[in-house]
Amino acid sequence: MEITTANPTFKLELTSSPHVHSRWSTKQAMWFVVLALIPALISAVIFFGPYQLLIILTSVLFCAATEFAVKKIRKRKITVDDGSAIITGLLLGLILPPNFSLSSTAIGAVFAIAIGKEIFGGLGYNIFNPALIGRAFLQAAFPVAITTWTQPSYAVDTVTSATPLAAFKFDKVVTSIEPMFLGNVGGSLGETSALAILIGGIFLIIIGVVNYRIPLAMILGMILFAGIFWIIDPVKYPNPLFQLFAGGFLFGTFFMATDWVTSPITSKGMWVFGFGIALLVFLIRVFGGLPEGVMYAILIMNSIVPIINRYTRPRIFGEAK
Amino acid sequence: MSSNAVYSKIEIDMFSFNHTKTFKGGIHPSDQKVLTENLSFEVMPNPKQITIPLTQHLGKPAKPIVKKGSEVKVGEIIAEQNGFISSPIHSPVAGKVLKIIASATVIGFPKDAIVIESSEANEHVLMSPLDPETVTPQEIRDRVRDAGIVGQGGAAFPTYVKLSPPPDKKIDVAILNGCECEPYLTRDYRYMLERTDDLISGLRLIMKAVGVEKGAIGVEDNKPEAINKLKKAVKKHSNISVEVLKTKYPQGAEKMLIKAVTGKEVPPGKLPFDVGVVIQNIGTAIAINDAVVKGEPQLTAALTVSGLGINKPKNLIVPIGTPLAEILDYCGGVKENAAKVIVGGPMMGVAQYDFSAPVMKATSGILVLTEDEVNDHEETPCLRCGKCVDACPLNLTPTKLARLSSLEKFEEAEQLGITVCMECGTCTYTCPANIPLVQWIRFGKQKVMALQRERQTI
Ligand code: SF4
Ligand code: SF4
Repeated sequence: MEITTANPTFKLELTSSPHVHSRWSTKQAMWFVVLALIPALISAVIFFGPYQLLIILTSVLFCAATEFAVKKIRKRKITVDDGSAIITGLLLGLILPPNFSLSSTAIGAVFAIAIGKEIFGGLGYNIFNPALIGRAFLQAAFPVAITTWTQPSYAVDTVTSATPLAAFKFDKVVTSIEPMFLGNVGGSLGETSALAILIGGIFLIIIGVVNYRIPLAMILGMILFAGIFWIIDPVKYPNPLFQLFAGGFLFGTFFMATDWVTSPITSKGMWVFGFGIALLVFLIRVFGGLPEGVMYAILIMNSIVPIINRYTRPRIFGEAK
Repeated sequence: MSSNAVYSKIEIDMFSFNHTKTFKGGIHPSDQKVLTENLSFEVMPNPKQITIPLTQHLGKPAKPIVKKGSEVKVGEIIAEQNGFISSPIHSPVAGKVLKIIASATVIGFPKDAIVIESSEANEHVLMSPLDPETVTPQEIRDRVRDAGIVGQGGAAFPTYVKLSPPPDKKIDVAILNGCECEPYLTRDYRYMLERTDDLISGLRLIMKAVGVEKGAIGVEDNKPEAINKLKKAVKKHSNISVEVLKTKYPQGAEKMLIKAVTGKEVPPGKLPFDVGVVIQNIGTAIAINDAVVKGEPQLTAALTVSGLGINKPKNLIVPIGTPLAEILDYCGGVKENAAKVIVGGPMMGVAQYDFSAPVMKATSGILVLTEDEVNDHEETPCLRCGKCVDACPLNLTPTKLARLSSLEKFEEAEQLGITVCMECGTCTYTCPANIPLVQWIRFGKQKVMALQRERQTI
């Protein structure tokens, strides 16, 4: 085709610069997260049996359906295909205890999306991590069911079905690191296998969905806080590695705290946020009444993200230091 | 297109222990230079008719001194400088002035322009050559002004102004910008390979004009051949260094280049002069050499014609005033799947709709992009991922500035430094939610600047 006149015959786009793009899209980033959760999903099935898939499926379905229904009622564009509700469903399912009731799971999922996300205006506007909101609701509504831990199906050595954290908190039993690394211990579905979580988490960092700062700050923070106390009194306080691998810490580190929407946007802010969560988790676990504190720690830090953003705004290039 | 290659390079950066000089932030768009990097400059034949807008530069338009029917020679002045920040224009062809009309331009607004019909005649009027070794700083500045040389880096600021630092500013280094960090463009690269000695001669003239001992040429490390060639050529000049910089957009932005080469940060609202730096483009240095050594005014533009939508990508030398349409035809025409024609680079260039618009002195490229190359993802609400904040080389908070602009909260945007934004487009490029960040910021910035002007006049 030739252009010989001022009016070309092809369809022209006239949007202003830049004319090229990184090709990242919301959808794609979300689906990468789904992909990164597959190892944790597999570990849940391996250690707790195929029934757990039903819990996760229920959670995903009810999350997606709730989002669909809310958008429909409010006459907004249906955005279920952006994958974010599916992520919330997966995340919620993976932080529930094995053999949790399906109807309760469904209630939690509806709550997570309706109250945790859509009430704020949907993806991008929510303040709290929706999956954690769902889980916090279930904790309040079914306090017993949600802390009933079935032992892993392959459990050979585990004599108690208590989680490593509860075992330590109430009985001063330190679970050895190896089963905690593989996932062969009591705990929430996707939270027990450090290996599976690390595979997914490191994948997300390499691909660029997750920035390394928050996970690194959380891990370094936990090693620091737990380390100091452990050096002071190694009997009373568990070692830092135990703290890292126990409970929901790693899962929270890579999949909850790093949620784009509910974490800071500045680089300094990300460090502050990560250290803050680590400190809170440590304080709750060691000095609080609960064995676990990841959920509350993240929710508390979520609530101060706007303040963190405001006070960690970077110095404009060339302005006096 | 290998679009996958671009994911995550920003993040991987942070794990690289590469100490090549650079700045913080930025992006790694796929550079697409392979389309034209090995093609030598081709001189395009004169078109039958050229159209030369009187606004080739920032500042006041030049004043025409020819009338309908005037006969002109190559190099003859057709419009003279009109004020301090202005620049004269010379005819790139011999021929007859047809008319002075309002013409479409590549910068988007119609401007007054002189239309010349070129003849076969090839009569030249050149200025007298000067000896680069004995020429004085004032003579260099005068020659650069009289030759109508304007910056080749986009903004087209009259070059002689940039060679006249206020007497109270001590300048210590002259830097040539050989980064060419815009994807697709290979014009400066070809210049560095094909006119190595001329550009060093140009740099030495710049150094002489502003009275500095030190010269530096900043080149990104994706151009090893140019680096080798330059390094060899500067061996005889111990006071000129070739600085190898990391390949990253916008490494060629003045502030980023100065930071990488000297470690200094130009404060908001200040000029390179203020940190003791004079900075010029490769093309400008060559134009300065030609004006001084050969007595040639700026008559041509060197440009890269590229993109997957053009049949024969080329590096071209064309007379200023050549209509885009003729250049596209000369390069084999555009393909069926062409979606966008841009003058300049893909990050900061201007989309075109009228191909009668002529090439200007500062035109560095014409790109024909296909549907695959231009962005077509859907916009979603901000996901607060922080990628734009991380990538902004000036450490602004693009998501916030864009939002404030869209809410028309201009005062707040002003406080957060919206006027500092250099509109490099890095934020929009990187945003996974596909929010037109710089587009909003540009709008907000214009409003804030209008507010500031209003305040000054009260
Ligand atoms: S366009 Fe402005 S806000 Fe965006 S990255 Fe460039 S300087 Fe920063
Ligand atoms: S890059 Fe886009 S989605 Fe991410 S914080 Fe900036 S504006 Fe929001």
